[in-house]
Amino acid sequence: MKPIVIHGGRLLDPAAGVDAAKDLLLKDGRVAEIAATGKLKAPADAEVIDASGLVVTPGLVDIHVHLREPGQAHKESIATGTAAAAAGGFTALAAMPNTAPVNDSPEITRWMQAPERGAVVRVFPIGAATRGFKGEAINDYAALKAAGVVAVSDDGLPILKDSVMREALAAAARVGLAVIQHAEDTRMTAGGSMNAGPVAFKLGLRGMPAEAESQIVERDIKLVSELSELRPHYHVAHTSTAAAMAAIRQARRNGLRVSCEVAPHHFLMTDENVGEYNTNAKMCPPLRSAKDRDAMIEAILDGVVDCIATDHAPHAAHEKEVEFERAPNGITGLETSLGLCLEWLHYQWKMPLGRVLSLMSAQPAALLNLKGRGTLAVGSFADCVILDPNAEWVFKAADSKSKSKNTPFDGWTMRGKVRWTISEGRVAYKE
Amino acid sequence: MATPASSTARPHPRTPAAPKPPFPHHAGSAISIEQFSLVDISHVLKRADFLIHEEPLTRAKRLAKRRVALLFYESSTRTRTSFELAAKSLGIDTTLVSNLSSSIEKGESLKDTGLTLRALGAEAIILRHNCSGAPYVLEHFTNLPVLNAGDGQHEHPSQALLDLLTMLTHISPKHAKGEVELTAETLKGVTVSIVGDILHSRVARSNMLLLPKLGAEVVLSGPPELLPDVAAESAPGVVIERDFETALKRSRVVMMLRIQSERLAGLNVDLEEYKVKYQLNETRLAQFAPEAIVLHPGPIIRGLELTAEVADGPQAKILEQVHNGLPTRMALIERAFDAIDKKGASR
Repeated sequence: MKPIVIHGGRLLDPAAGVDAAKDLLLKDGRVAEIAATGKLKAPADAEVIDASGLVVTPGLVDIHVHLREPGQAHKESIATGTAAAAAGGFTALAAMPNTAPVNDSPEITRWMQAPERGAVVRVFPIGAATRGFKGEAINDYAALKAAGVVAVSDDGLPILKDSVMREALAAAARVGLAVIQHAEDTRMTAGGSMNAGPVAFKLGLRGMPAEAESQIVERDIKLVSELSELRPHYHVAHTSTAAAMAAIRQARRNGLRVSCEVAPHHFLMTDENVGEYNTNAKMCPPLRSAKDRDAMIEAILDGVVDCIATDHAPHAAHEKEVEFERAPNGITGLETSLGLCLEWLHYQWKMPLGRVLSLMSAQPAALLNLKGRGTLAVGSFADCVILDPNAEWVFKAADSKSKSKNTPFDGWTMRGKVRWTISEGRVAYKE
Repeated sequence: MATPASSTARPHPRTPAAPKPPFPHHAGSAISIEQFSLVDISHVLKRADFLIHEEPLTRAKRLAKRRVALLFYESSTRTRTSFELAAKSLGIDTTLVSNLSSSIEKGESLKDTGLTLRALGAEAIILRHNCSGAPYVLEHFTNLPVLNAGDGQHEHPSQALLDLLTMLTHISPKHAKGEVELTAETLKGVTVSIVGDILHSRVARSNMLLLPKLGAEVVLSGPPELLPDVAAESAPGVVIERDFETALKRSRVVMMLRIQSERLAGLNVDLEEYKVKYQLNETRLAQFAPEAIVLHPGPIIRGLELTAEVADGPQAKILEQVHNGLPTRMALIERAFDAIDKKGASR
């Protein structure tokens, strides 16, 4: 691996508190040196990247993706999913365990991380919280962690039983893992295919009420508070409702270790975007009311939201080209997240660029304790994205590197273009 | 983890615009009643009146040997028969594909079934489907005009049009014949009550969207389990009146709906209590709405949503509705082929 010198860029590393013109030397997969522009002694064999006019920032971290391997490679593979990630500026992904079979073992965890999978950025598996996703018996978290798991979750399904959730929180706390909850009371959402409300009524679709999310979050927060001596870390995946966000806000005021993520579609779209039964606007949790969407925006701007996560959920075209009620839940997101966050959070809603990038790198890395990631301090992993924050472009789903094209953002205007993505010192994507 | 900052009031940020209907559709499609302007509806009524009175052998030459497929994923008596007879009256060759005797049973997708019918020469498809929104899928992948014969709990536009024809026959015959163009005031001062299982009714949804366009007031009546409060928010000009008798008192038209027991799973509806509160019987009709006409999209369940006496009584126009299905659907099929031929001519 040749060393890389990134010359002439603006280094924006929120975790290290750096926003200045700097040159970087990446060597042996790590950040070896940082110096003022032009002051770096580059090794003779180094590849030099001209980053003039560009921002150099830690590689983005998405703690919620579905890479579909093992078992569903017709939707996505670890190779194609990570290629899409690199194109979107991501260098680290936490992969949800709802694969086939479910990732509830050290063997599958190691299989996902094996070099044969062809990942071009780092993949951190999330382990199943309960055996076989059945919500009954919890897995051996210590063994999963030893194999490389960074959190546990039954994502796609909730952990419904109070006793099992309590046990999961306690066991995960003992080994230092977060429990990521897909907060959906499935007893209230059976047969539902979009948000409950006037739009669902008009379309004649069964609705999924907001309470199905908020009541699980409220129940879980109560459990976290009862287990406060263990300091369990509870993380709410893809938060979508005002009521759940209010509960999270309150829990944090009370000092509980409760964190949350929001997906771009939940702060940019409402159930009106389902339009005429657009199956690429169908996901779980569903697009909500304008009131919920506004609550997501407010919570992001207020700093209540810990990170942006995409819930990248690829599905093959033939699976989505069906009646709305029969279509699977989920949309892709890795190649649109940065462009949407910069356009809306930064340019439209005036969040400082460093804070937006922090929500997409430093903060998610810290949440799952991904050491040496989310920063470009000397000694950390050479995970880096070089981007033009001003470039305006239009996303075309057909050009996506993902195996699947199921996105509602086809044709949307984005801001901020990834020029290079470097993963552990290797160029993973170059425009 | 970042510490939460306190929530502060700030100006509401600009947010991305949601896509606005209408989306591009085949000009011959009839999927939602929202696709029809008052001019379109006036034209349908005019053509319906003309076609039904036309000499049958002349009429049968209009679309002789053209092809229409009837694709039915749910059982149907009235709608299927009247669409089929309407097409045949215009000289069209029809073929019926139902889910129980086709490759649909083997797992063929709606897209593939549609493409297959198109490859067999179907120029338009009349679709009944148990999933809301299915006609949009079929239209998108076949590029053929799709006539929605009822999709899930979404819409049933041809039913709403024949209901309108029936109402106008009794309220304003000139409008019914299409002699006078419809306006936003044609049904001003007319209250139409839709009563019963609104939640599961595609007929109710189409009527709720159609009638206020002509100035009518639509009153929905039924218990909360079958009529959620959001129903009134989903269309302008629609109100909820839980008390049936109050609703009746205001009504020129009473449209009774069947309780769709096949869709009641998980809902707690006491049918005996329902009858006490919402059944249309002779006493109620005589006392509260002696001048109203009674409509029902069928099938009726005598003794449940209405009594046999009301169904057979002079105020009921239920069979007239069935009869009006034929001219209305002739006009809709003709409209579809007009659009096809226009599209072909402009190519």
